[in-house]
Amino acid sequence: MAMPSQIPVAPPSSDEIAILRSRFADTLKPDTRAGYSGWIIDKIQLQAFATALRNELGYDYLSSVTAVDYLPQGQFEVVYQVYKTTGGRGINFKVQVTRTDDVEVPSLVFTYPGAELQEREVWDLFGIKFSGHPDLRRIFMWEGFAGHPMRKDWHEPYYEEEVKPLKSRWPDGQIYSAESKNIHGDNITLPEGFNSKDQTFDPEKALYDALRQSSKDDVGLGTDRIIVNLGPQHPSTHGVFRIAVLLDGEKIINLKPVMGYLHRNHEKIGERNTYIMNIPYTDRLDYLSSMSNNFGYALAVEKLMNIKPPERAEYLRVMMAELTRISNHLMAIGALLNDLGAYFTPMLYSLEERELILDIFEAVAGSRMMCNYFRFGGVARDLPDGVLQKIKDLIFERLPRKIDEIERFLGENEIIRARGVGQGVLTTENAIRYSAAGPLLRASGVPYDIRRAEPYSIYDRFDFDVVVRQNGDIYDRLMVRFEEIRQSIRIVQQTVKQIPEGPVTTTKPVYQVRVPAGESYGRVEGPKGEVGFYIISNGKPNPWRYHVRAPSFINLTAFGPMCIGYKVADVVAVLGSIDIVLGEVDR
Amino acid sequence: MDSNHLNSPGIEIPPEMQGQVAITNLDKIYNWGRSASVWPMMFGLACCAIEMICTAASRYDIARFGMEVMRPSPRQSDLMIVSGTVTKKMMPIIVRLYNQMPEPKYVLAMGACASGGGPFKEGYNVVSGVDKYVPVDVYVPGCPPTPQALLNGLMKIQEKIRGESIKTSRWYQKGADLAEIPIPSLGPDLIDGRKISTAKAIDKVEG
Repeated sequence: MAMPSQIPVAPPSSDEIAILRSRFADTLKPDTRAGYSGWIIDKIQLQAFATALRNELGYDYLSSVTAVDYLPQGQFEVVYQVYKTTGGRGINFKVQVTRTDDVEVPSLVFTYPGAELQEREVWDLFGIKFSGHPDLRRIFMWEGFAGHPMRKDWHEPYYEEEVKPLKSRWPDGQIYSAESKNIHGDNITLPEGFNSKDQTFDPEKALYDALRQSSKDDVGLGTDRIIVNLGPQHPSTHGVFRIAVLLDGEKIINLKPVMGYLHRNHEKIGERNTYIMNIPYTDRLDYLSSMSNNFGYALAVEKLMNIKPPERAEYLRVMMAELTRISNHLMAIGALLNDLGAYFTPMLYSLEERELILDIFEAVAGSRMMCNYFRFGGVARDLPDGVLQKIKDLIFERLPRKIDEIERFLGENEIIRARGVGQGVLTTENAIRYSAAGPLLRASGVPYDIRRAEPYSIYDRFDFDVVVRQNGDIYDRLMVRFEEIRQSIRIVQQTVKQIPEGPVTTTKPVYQVRVPAGESYGRVEGPKGEVGFYIISNGKPNPWRYHVRAPSFINLTAFGPMCIGYKVADVVAVLGSIDIVLGEVDR
Repeated sequence: MDSNHLNSPGIEIPPEMQGQVAITNLDKIYNWGRSASVWPMMFGLACCAIEMICTAASRYDIARFGMEVMRPSPRQSDLMIVSGTVTKKMMPIIVRLYNQMPEPKYVLAMGACASGGGPFKEGYNVVSGVDKYVPVDVYVPGCPPTPQALLNGLMKIQEKIRGESIKTSRWYQKGADLAEIPIPSLGPDLIDGRKISTAKAIDKVEG
């Protein structure tokens, strides 16, 4: 069931701004710093402001929460991006607090439940407490880890200097390994007088306490509740993800996702890198769809630099991003079927097609998975000879046929229907409240696709449908992916027909780009949902803040509510239908 | 009958039977069997795991090497393919999984991260190479290694297996040191029980 939706893109109207200004007279002021936009709200009025935005102005979708550490100014800033699910440009608002060890900001979890995991992330990495948050625990690092690593004055064990390129890496004989500089000879810092023999601390305790919280209101038969851990080494968790569930018999009473087993400090490293060095790192976020990550990052930086890629590059970008979506969804369908017990056979069907797309990526970008193809103001190189023909063969001949074939095998399968229809339901209302994105949101009846809601690049030129289904169950999420593959094929078919000749980049290849000071939030509709990059530049060669709004991570906010009340065996299927990639969840 | 005797039977095959009878030594036939049925653990860490899945799929077909039986349980597997970035939070679990694998066991570090930290080496939550904790047999370079590279690494494991002897294998020796690797714990940082008992303060790395 595909529903065309043409939503005009309107900026926040002046009426809205007037309403806000009159209500929050002296506590709300526009952000007037050069290159910045949005609003700065006093921390006391934060909750009232957010409620007004959501209930009165219709900004019902909280896209991203993050913090910035302005060390020289002695300030923390918590940044929120909100949008309307009916489309259009969003607004951002910020809360500024003085930078101390013990900082507190009111939590927005009750206005926007989608903030839950993101606020935990900010607490973990920046040490900003959110008062009123129901379950404020560390999320990526373990309880008991020393320090809040994203603070600018927190240095990792291998710290050499603030920014790259590092002086020790110049080729005049100063090269050494980082281990030799650390007194433990390892990537470790320990506080003074630390004695490992005295360690009796249990990092798991907080998690189990949080899980048990819900079992206090015991009624009826006093049955024992048990905690079951799935993962981090579990074949169906799509990586090193862990799920802790509290069970009453087989029924799920409470569920907490546990992550951080692949937290590889993407943002900390990204703030040390130069802008261009971050492109290959974005590949490794959602490693199944590297081109889409490149796209979001390139858009965010281009917004700051105020450049536009040439026509041919725009077409190449869209072409690659849509091929990525196809390959990602193929993988997602195969993995979901693995989780449903059809062990590896459907996966082999989808991997066969995925390999053909990877062949194209390898020819175009030089690598199968980590494409590193986008540059600021274009793409790295033009299509090699013969590749366009290959894409044409694939996209006009083979893929449409193969997708139909796979859907014929799976769509009406009795087991899939039994395990999918009516299971793991996410209602429309909850999908928006929990900031679900991508196929997860659209399977719950919200026709929200950034390619339509706020078209970027040249998506406004193509004819495609935003795929929507109404039930929000596992089966619908599977079918949305099938339909999205078809829509992507349609888009690639149009790009192949329309692509003009010309240059593929506006700038010469450079090692460093000049990025004017300011903030920018670039977002694209990735295969898994909204991939957003929040970047703050201070005019230097390195970003001051580099934050990734990872769709897989935020989609997991709804994971608990989707599972509660179902049987433990459904957890695996629900997780498979969300389609997460741990590189992006943990970053 | 000791193993030495088995390895050199000293029997000449009469010429008329050479087409029907082959005499080999025990090590060869034992290693031939082992190397052609290495069961990897189904254990994916990060990006490299996807290439591992591709290696297992139809185009690259790991089954040609007798390795398609991926076991999700460490207790049934012979080979741990460490496919991705090893983080401090994950390290205790990897050591535990390694300890649970029965001997003989092999470890293949797949990709730059597992071999030495790779692009994420400087990260505060990243272990610079899985070999800091568990012994690694084969390193496969690449980020991620292509399936061909992984297959080559697996062939190296087979080569290694073929070169082993029952007589000298560590795990068949009397009183062999098969002690488990102590599981690191999570405190203020990752604590390796073998190395760190008390620590000095590190404020600044000397330049």
